[in-house]
Amino acid sequence: MSKLPAKAKCVVIGAGIVGNGMVYHLAKLGWRDIVQIDKGPLPSPGGSTGHASNFIFPVDHSKEMTAITAESMRQYKEFGTFTESGGIEVARTPERMQELARRITSAKSWGIDGGRILTPAQVKELVPYIDETIILGGYYQPTVGVVDSLRTGTLMRESASEMGAAVSFANTEVLDITVVDGRVTGVVTDQGRIEAEYVVIATGCWSPKLAAMAGAHIPLTPAVHQMKDIGPVPFFAGTKGDIEWPIVRDMDVFMYERQHGTGLEIGSYAHRPILYTPDDLPSNAAATLSPTEFAFTQADFDIQDEHSYELMPSIVGDENVREKYACNGILSYTPDGMPILGETPEVKGLWSVAAVWIKEGPGTSKSVAEWMVLGESQIDLHSSNIARFHDHQKTEFHIKSRVDESFNKTYGIVHPLEQYASNRNVRLSPFYALEKELGAVFYETAGWERPFWYESNKNLLEKFGQKTMPRTAEWESRWWSPIINAEHLQMRESAGIVDLSAFAIFDITGPSALAVVQKAALRQMDVAIGRVVYTPILGPNGGFKSDLTIMRLDTNHFRVVTGGAHGMADKKWFGDLLPTDGSAQIFDLTSSYTTIGIWGPKAREIIQAVTKNDMSHESFKFSTCKIIEVGPLRVLASRISYVGDLGWEFYIPIEQGAKLWQMLWESGKNHEMIPVGIGVYGTTGRLEKCYRAYGPELETEYTVVEAGMQSPKLKEADFIGKAAHVKHRSEKPVTMLCTLFVDDHTSSSGEMRYMMGNEPILNLDKQPIVDTHGRRSYVTSAGSAPSLGKHILMSYLPTELALAGNKFLVEYLGEHYPCSIAEVGATSVFDPSNERIMA
Amino acid sequence: MILVLVDHDRGEIDPLSLRALTAARKLSQEIHAVVIGSDGAGVLNIVGEYGAQILHVASHAAITDYTPMASGRALSELVEKLKPAAVLAAGSPRGNEQLAHLAAFMDIPMAAECSEITLGSPHHVLRARWAGNLIESAHVHSELLIATVLSFSTEPQSINGPAATLAQFQPELEPADTVVKILSRSSGESKGGVTLIDAKVIVSGGRGVGGAEGFANLEELATLLGGTVGCSRVVTSSGWRPHAEQVGQTGTKVAPDLYIAAGISGAMQHIAGMKNSKTIVVINTDPEAPILRYADYAIIGDLHQVIPALTSAIRQAKE
Amino acid sequence: MDVLVCLKRVPLAGGTLILTPDLRDIETKHLGFGISPHEENAVEAGVQLVEQMGGTLTLLTLGPSDAEEQLRSQLAIGATRAVLIETDGQEWDPQGTAAALVDAIKAEETKFDLIIFGAESADSAGYQIHIRMAHALNLPIVTNVKSMKVENNIVSCDRVVAYGREHYEAPLPAIVTVRDGLNIPRYPSVPGRMAARKKTVDVRKAEARVPKLEKVTLALAPSKDKGAEILGKGPDAVPALVEVLKQIGAF
Repeated sequence: MSKLPAKAKCVVIGAGIVGNGMVYHLAKLGWRDIVQIDKGPLPSPGGSTGHASNFIFPVDHSKEMTAITAESMRQYKEFGTFTESGGIEVARTPERMQELARRITSAKSWGIDGGRILTPAQVKELVPYIDETIILGGYYQPTVGVVDSLRTGTLMRESASEMGAAVSFANTEVLDITVVDGRVTGVVTDQGRIEAEYVVIATGCWSPKLAAMAGAHIPLTPAVHQMKDIGPVPFFAGTKGDIEWPIVRDMDVFMYERQHGTGLEIGSYAHRPILYTPDDLPSNAAATLSPTEFAFTQADFDIQDEHSYELMPSIVGDENVREKYACNGILSYTPDGMPILGETPEVKGLWSVAAVWIKEGPGTSKSVAEWMVLGESQIDLHSSNIARFHDHQKTEFHIKSRVDESFNKTYGIVHPLEQYASNRNVRLSPFYALEKELGAVFYETAGWERPFWYESNKNLLEKFGQKTMPRTAEWESRWWSPIINAEHLQMRESAGIVDLSAFAIFDITGPSALAVVQKAALRQMDVAIGRVVYTPILGPNGGFKSDLTIMRLDTNHFRVVTGGAHGMADKKWFGDLLPTDGSAQIFDLTSSYTTIGIWGPKAREIIQAVTKNDMSHESFKFSTCKIIEVGPLRVLASRISYVGDLGWEFYIPIEQGAKLWQMLWESGKNHEMIPVGIGVYGTTGRLEKCYRAYGPELETEYTVVEAGMQSPKLKEADFIGKAAHVKHRSEKPVTMLCTLFVDDHTSSSGEMRYMMGNEPILNLDKQPIVDTHGRRSYVTSAGSAPSLGKHILMSYLPTELALAGNKFLVEYLGEHYPCSIAEVGATSVFDPSNERIMA
Repeated sequence: MILVLVDHDRGEIDPLSLRALTAARKLSQEIHAVVIGSDGAGVLNIVGEYGAQILHVASHAAITDYTPMASGRALSELVEKLKPAAVLAAGSPRGNEQLAHLAAFMDIPMAAECSEITLGSPHHVLRARWAGNLIESAHVHSELLIATVLSFSTEPQSINGPAATLAQFQPELEPADTVVKILSRSSGESKGGVTLIDAKVIVSGGRGVGGAEGFANLEELATLLGGTVGCSRVVTSSGWRPHAEQVGQTGTKVAPDLYIAAGISGAMQHIAGMKNSKTIVVINTDPEAPILRYADYAIIGDLHQVIPALTSAIRQAKE
Repeated sequence: MDVLVCLKRVPLAGGTLILTPDLRDIETKHLGFGISPHEENAVEAGVQLVEQMGGTLTLLTLGPSDAEEQLRSQLAIGATRAVLIETDGQEWDPQGTAAALVDAIKAEETKFDLIIFGAESADSAGYQIHIRMAHALNLPIVTNVKSMKVENNIVSCDRVVAYGREHYEAPLPAIVTVRDGLNIPRYPSVPGRMAARKKTVDVRKAEARVPKLEKVTLALAPSKDKGAEILGKGPDAVPALVEVLKQIGAF
């Protein structure tokens, strides 16, 4: 073995499926001088790859996860390491049958075809060794398969080596990662030091430990997944290959069973969460089996034995079929269930590719390599961006409590709006106590407790009756209340006060501040002091990286206000644009300011009553901000609206927030003002106005033109993504973002059903709609438009189909509902001429 | 005075007992040896060479062959009479067994497999645990120390002493003492005359061999080198080879001139059984396999390729 | 016939051992637990005897409450019931252990025809508990057996030694200690596991005695890393090995 080099362009730490994938894809994209190291031996250094069950179900409710998985499968097939076996998710409960239908709709939205619902008898035909009497049916996905992840990793590593791009060193342990002035400079190992421009942490469940060496955070926890392998199974005696029978997921008991040669592998996510810390993982030498294979704890598997016996009595119940192997295998779990990818916000040049499972490995590696080499990945990775974490989310307490809560949901039925119960009440607004008194139902964003609606508004249900569009079906009533729609209608009548404390706020100051915001923003930022600009933020390819509001407070002083959930990623984006000469700075003021919004036809009267500043339309124009005095307080007021009514956002130091709320509240009493929750702010108000949201509508896959958000005049100054954007403007858009109404909500059983988002839009022949870029049309956002009495769907549709009145079907939980285009582009379906905002 | 139980099989001395005698000399100049059974009296000269001044011979009509409980009884009577400071024996299955009977009769502690002994109050010993991977430092709280001496920890050293003086005695046995004894013997389990324990060359295979049929290559090489085949525990528990070939803590402990370990990663229990081999050669695909730490030479590679190549190369070299 | 098998919960060590900071025990935080290798053969022998001859198989251990895990695993293989003499988890010396096991056996209603031990424990290997128990219970004992059969109330056994086999017999009731190779121990099946959960594990308490063989500290045996000379990779390295074998006179 050659000696560790003293210098490299990039050091990749880890030789599991991810580390090997990184080396391979960085090499393919042209990087050279890559050094890969692992503390364990090759080809199986002892991490989670070594004991993975290696099967891939291609469907997930997350679009990002499905895309990454599909790309991974493509690569496994390319390497010849994929064996298609088919897979069946079986249901023991009616609730699960509904969930399986929902999984098929997600599959269709994300372009995964072939899935179908089977009767118990049909399941039995495919898997003769199950007891079909205990199931209600199954979801068969023929494209499920098994991969050889170790072999794939080896081939990738060898390929990188053949390209002359990378050398790999086994048995080389990292002792330190060195950082100078916030930039990684190298890696210290027990075999010597390597200087490097880039360091990639691809060390799975050890990642937090390595990140900590550099002062960065990779918030994940090692968690146990139990598995036992029994055999030999007489029924499998004739099987030759690794896998010949479909993999079965027994979803309601959180288990899977897969034939593996002549054995049956039984895995579980049903046992109690068993969490470790990276320091708990033994060295290769001290481990009984491997550092990530702990001794099997039978007591935790007792119930699972019974469950597997119920489903497959002829195999599991056979006295002569014996345990061949069992282990508590370690996997990486994150507090929100998504991987942790990208350059760490703490250290430039230090990249994380962590919490990536076998089904995601090659696809993730390719995407992160693109991100590193080209500045952007083809697949939008925003849900996995390491920069998403807020400080409190990096704590061991947060990670452990969330994983402890979500572990058993690995195969669970998770409602799209489902809230975590653990580690709540971490960030509280100054109005929290007042809101609680009003019966606020709190949802969490970025640790903030935000009222989603107020039970105190229940009396409005009677007032608005059927206009609140009440729901009877349990699924879409869960995590929802008709009070949201009642609040909406009342706001449109009088006014509503909204707690917006969860906004992430940061100021950019200094002589180069304008240059920084100009570089980031699609819209013109060289505007008059006091202007408020809503602007998309684009990536190099002209797709969306964010959308947010920037106020120009002074010549060299801009204030960026963005959503809490995505705030930290935005902060890194802007931070990365700061010139190195110190001529611009960024300050996070999220915890310095709180924000209150008041909107509705009576908003002006309510505010005018507590300030001497002139709040009239003429003197306080839309899209402007200024300091006003409210009693003893100096408040930054900004006239914008995300809900479609006249009103302002008020920024005030946190300790004065309660005083401001109190004064506005008192004034509002005379004008029937009500407290309004985020249900209105984020969904109903926004959708009626056809406002796009980052994530659902705005992502890197779609252009500004497709979203209907291009301005008539192109900004002269350069900005990220400009070249691509200019090109997009010159082309006919492939799709147009449309607003659709559901024309008939009646299900086959006569119940009114309401879509929740991510459902496929089909043509009238029930066939998926695919644009010329291969993208499917699906519902990006869905929700009530109470003022119109309609249920709104947003969807990108191929331009040739994007004509108002065109009819389609939307598939929801296995049934089809007619819908039609109400509006093409950004024009809102409610108050299209914006008279209310401009009042 | 130190009393050393010298074990013999039908008059033939167990060489490990010489190590026990050597160890005893570190504790005292005055060494008595004892053999159980009149056919043991022939060790008179050799125990003298190794420092015993007196050889006690326990003779009894009921002791015609190895009878462990009777040994314990005889030893307890001798201890009563001679009041030695310690009773030692080899840390062999028989040594451990007979001294355990002694300890049971006297109801005092016994320390097995000691690498170091210091008499005192309490006595202090270092003893092997975990197949020799751990050394326990222990106190023994009893006037008389009963201990066995770890095999291979003390090299036998002769002082060329004169033949020991013979001292016959007849133990008083209870009927229960002679219930369990060797009733008959059979030879066997060795192939081609080379047994694992006597073999000068052992070619051993582990999990990496992959199956029963894979051992043909190993057998061929072993025969060529005049040795025999050994294996690790996983091989016998998979049923690929008979247990008699298992090397290790749960099999046979061996110390041949040449030990070739092919496809054996080196579990602690296996190492315990072969680490005293003179030359150890490892053939393994994993350059980090624990067994390499005990090896003198290694080839990193697949045994299925290396062993046939080695066999034909040796054949050529021999011609 | 009624058989008793005595077991010990021991850590399943990896390639190297790590000691606790007080040097009194090995660090088990990363390790699983099982029973000693020879004891797996003891249980298998017991199960086979009961399968052939009828009767019961009782398991007996002395250890921490967690040792129930090892008892349940072996109950899953086919034992009838189990007795756990619960300690505070500290290691007991052989005399104390033997005395507590003897007391427990005497307290049993069942009079056991055969008591089987593994030849030695993986961790402490004191080579004496079974013999002390034979004395205390006035039973004949045969140790280190590698084949065994019970006929006409006699257990007849072979012990494998360098030159071959030695044959022993003992009238029942008796104690034998068995070695790996006696049989191939079976692993549990899922129905076995399920049945084991319903089987009785009687827990008894016993007071620790002052140890006469008193552990003071543990140390790792010096690891003799010989620094193997790597002769090369694959068949290409064979000539170098042939040279080495010539030098040491292997042929």
